[in-house]
Amino acid sequence: MEWNKVVDQLFPAGHEVRQQGDLLSGEGRCDKQTVAVIGTTNHTEVGVELALAMAAAVLEVIRNHPARPIVFLVDTSGQRLRHRDEMLGLNGYMAHLAKCVEMARRGGHKIVSLVYEQALSGGFLANGMMADVCAALPEAEIRVMGLPAMARVTRISEERLTELSKTSPVFAPGANNYLKMGGLAGLWEGDLSARLADALEHADATDQRRVRGLERGGRLFADVVVKRVLASA
Amino acid sequence: MNRSYYESSARARIAGLLDAGSFDEWLPAAERLTSPHLATLEQPAAFDDGVIIGRGSIAGKPVFIAAQEGGFMGGAVGEVHGAKIVGVLERAVRDRPAAVLMLVESGGVRLQEANAGLIAVSEVMRAILAARAAGVPVIVAIGGQYGCFGGMGIASRCATTIIISEEGRLGLSGPEVIETVRGVEEYDSRDRALVWRTVGGKHRNLLGECDTIVADSMEAFRDAIIASMENGDDWSLAALEREHRLLADRVQRFGACRDGRDIWLKLGWPDPDAIAMMDNDEFMAAAQGHRAK
Repeated sequence: MEWNKVVDQLFPAGHEVRQQGDLLSGEGRCDKQTVAVIGTTNHTEVGVELALAMAAAVLEVIRNHPARPIVFLVDTSGQRLRHRDEMLGLNGYMAHLAKCVEMARRGGHKIVSLVYEQALSGGFLANGMMADVCAALPEAEIRVMGLPAMARVTRISEERLTELSKTSPVFAPGANNYLKMGGLAGLWEGDLSARLADALEHADATDQRRVRGLERGGRLFADVVVKRVLASA
Repeated sequence: MNRSYYESSARARIAGLLDAGSFDEWLPAAERLTSPHLATLEQPAAFDDGVIIGRGSIAGKPVFIAAQEGGFMGGAVGEVHGAKIVGVLERAVRDRPAAVLMLVESGGVRLQEANAGLIAVSEVMRAILAARAAGVPVIVAIGGQYGCFGGMGIASRCATTIIISEEGRLGLSGPEVIETVRGVEEYDSRDRALVWRTVGGKHRNLLGECDTIVADSMEAFRDAIIASMENGDDWSLAALEREHRLLADRVQRFGACRDGRDIWLKLGWPDPDAIAMMDNDEFMAAAQGHRAK
């Protein structure tokens, strides 16, 4: 879905969200409160400039709007795959963004993210996956790597991977797989503004993903392993 | 005894860094905690899933530790592997050791369990920040053969501090990945000198991506860890804003550079090509006043 349709549906009471290049920023009104909106569009690759711009937007909210919720609109084809961005330390820029999100959370800002188009690996870790509530539209594409490329790298045939992906959510692309594994809190359909209001009301600052993954049967080991570490002598 | 960190296994690194005899392993290999997903794909498994965790002491202070084993799938993060690290960090929030040490050696997410691995890396990131917010410093050491890439490159920069050796490499997308996608003209992964000027320890130190660079020995890493523990942590908005200025300046000053060498010239190094030949002490002395800050 196009980003302006998404914000229209998220904020029927009004919004001012601007696009500058591939960056989205602004604010919207949800349930009588103002929320900050930060995002990307055009399936963009996140390079150093974009990561820095998103971090600047988060810091601005922390400084000027105490406790204002932040909504990330996610559409990225991953981290920018360039020698130049690597040379400049793209991982450090991504981490900086993630730290800014964490600082906001600990300062009382609720953080919600919505994958409305695409989310791929590195571009997703630093904002969308840092949220208290990470949701996706049902048609959104979420993945680390497509099956053909995965078959080449792992030397497991694509046929075998395709067959296994029918029963296992663990490696194949798809929003539904992330839902089962607890990586997504939910898939949003219907009234998006109601979904957002609900997410803001129930946002939990503690990381619930491995518990959800266990409850939903898609990730049976993570929570058990963590508990075993906590219980070790 | 000055053993190479680079050439050591994860287990040997733990033994070389912690106080002698102090290590107490959690979920040791005897518990045969393997990845169920690798078994499904009929891939070889490891009884520790490629990461060794536990507690010990360093210079008498209690620490928790997680050490990734590059020899098993390049230290790649799967569901069990990631959860072991998260467990260490969450336990640190509960038990408040003097620090958590993460000996990172990883290509990032394990593709055979890609979704579980990606979520696990995200959980590691949040757990690192939760430990820091609780006042427990998280110290990352990087100096292994496989470097520190993918999501672990992001997670490492969420830590309090990074200690790297000249042989250490730190980045997001590895050179092979970029070459595969964009071609050899963009990034020649077999040009070792180019890779080193892009992601190597000295370049990262000059940019301000890691605070401490050490020689490739257990003793040097151990000394640097002890020193870092004395520095504590600064998890604050003010520190983040300082970092923001550093990163903004970096794009401004070096955004048009084509090669690490161009950046070093701009930092005032009279002879950038000499950097590669310097031993760590010479480098540390020469780098005074020639680092981004």
